[in-house]
Amino acid sequence: MRHKRIDRDTVTAVLLISPSIVALLIFVYGFIYWTLRVSTSKWIGLTPNLEWAGLSNYLGLMDDPRFHIDVRNTIIFTLLFVIGCLLLGLVLALLLDQGLRGETFFRSLFLFPMAISFIVTGVVWRWLMNPAGGSRISGLNLLFDSLGLDFLINKWYTTPNWGIAAIAIPAIWQMSGFTMALYLGGLRAIPEELREAARVDGASEYQIYRRIILPLLRPVTLSAMIILGHISLKVFDLIIAVAGKQVTLDVPAVYMWTTTFDGLFYGRGAAIGIFLLVTVAVLVIPYLYFTLRQEAEV
Amino acid sequence: MTASYRRVPTRALIYILLLFFSMFYLIPMYVMLVTGFKNFDEVSLRTMWDLPSGLAMENFRAAYQVLAPHLWNSIRLVIPTAMISAMIGSINGYILTKWRFPGVGILFPLILFGMFIPYQSIIIPLVQFMSWLGLAGGIPGLALAHIIYGIPITTLIFRGYYASVPSEMVEAARIDGASLIQTYVSIFLPLSIPAFVVVLIWQFTASWNDFLFAVILTNSSNWPIMVALNNMAGSQIIAWNVQMAGSFLAALPTLIVYIILGRYFLRGLMSGALKG
Repeated sequence: MRHKRIDRDTVTAVLLISPSIVALLIFVYGFIYWTLRVSTSKWIGLTPNLEWAGLSNYLGLMDDPRFHIDVRNTIIFTLLFVIGCLLLGLVLALLLDQGLRGETFFRSLFLFPMAISFIVTGVVWRWLMNPAGGSRISGLNLLFDSLGLDFLINKWYTTPNWGIAAIAIPAIWQMSGFTMALYLGGLRAIPEELREAARVDGASEYQIYRRIILPLLRPVTLSAMIILGHISLKVFDLIIAVAGKQVTLDVPAVYMWTTTFDGLFYGRGAAIGIFLLVTVAVLVIPYLYFTLRQEAEV
Repeated sequence: MTASYRRVPTRALIYILLLFFSMFYLIPMYVMLVTGFKNFDEVSLRTMWDLPSGLAMENFRAAYQVLAPHLWNSIRLVIPTAMISAMIGSINGYILTKWRFPGVGILFPLILFGMFIPYQSIIIPLVQFMSWLGLAGGIPGLALAHIIYGIPITTLIFRGYYASVPSEMVEAARIDGASLIQTYVSIFLPLSIPAFVVVLIWQFTASWNDFLFAVILTNSSNWPIMVALNNMAGSQIIAWNVQMAGSFLAALPTLIVYIILGRYFLRGLMSGALKG
């Protein structure tokens, strides 16, 4: 009797979960396979053409000056964005961890950009980072000018070769609150007794942070780096909203888009898509593996 | 507790620093609002930082006129997306937590990986597939994409939530003869309201804020708000002050949700980083 019931439940369970499994098998894994297939094809133009092209699309990228700009831009952006978010997030979390009145208010304030679309962020920062000078000066440059901080006036995202660095500013604006929340979670997990014990032993507040708290936050830093790193590899909307599709601010995610849907170079676009997938996978799969294993041990 | 150790000057310094950082986060909101409330004659890039003389609504009205159909498209998109996603996530989370079957250990990481993929690696077949289904260009196709690519995160959130339901309760129900579905309806569903709130907010925000899927899967009459806003900002015809007002209108729904239900929003964020 009981045996029958379990069998029936197993059948129900499988029936209930299989639509999701099938959907993901098609939309994630099937589609990745299909993109891989397109990336080894000669498909250019509106009609699909899956004639075998070997690795030529990938090899083409290696000689492509635009793709070189993309990789350089991605590296600059990722470094600034990740380091910026980590530093700002850590500082904010440490400040908020002092048991102050108004903590909730500040925490909500630093986090609200997470609720906003990269498109909104981009449109607003595009005007804040308006590069025009002289009588047409505006945005942050105008603010710097009126505060006497002229040395800060710059051409933002139109700076030759380094324009991409300016895009990191709105990206940090948007994601640093999230990093703060991760660090704050880490700080709250450190038992108060640990600090107390160090104080009893005569350690100064500075030493406590330097020798106990910061080392204990290392796993949080690692998680944050991976989450932020994979976001930065995927950055797309923000660049489009700030600057449109300018080659100087190009990154692989934007290049994939323009070459595929504007240029109709489907084979090349698919190759860039796979390139992005592999870089993200290298970052995320070990993270998934260790996080899930840890969870299983708990 | 730590606060008692702090002397007053230190505390003042901390507040000064916090206020300084607050300015960084508030600058875009300030510019959006002061520009939005200026009347057309007052608007000038040179006086961008000045307060408006009154609370004119011209900019908001002009932006609303352009964006209204797209706000409506977004509403048609996010409500069914969030609701269907939440139901799917709840069922998946329940089954993955309480019913162990062979292969579940491999299945879950495979589901989760879908959350991290760059959409550029699936967008070409997605567009082809949606055309084949006859869903390209419209809101239902876009909703379907959001629902399917939302399965990993919604499943993860519910699974984390249901893991805290004691197995004894499930066992007891089973001994009483309750079926899988009866156990779900009588035990899990009534406990799930907070997880439903987290997932509804998450999917609402994600599909409201999305640009990448929307720009490729919808035609201009079905554009959701973010595509329309980006298009407005790229046009030479619509003045920057109207763009600012439009940005504010586009951000308002998710901001309101954040202000009212921020706690649940944060929980969704933490699950997204695999941090319970």
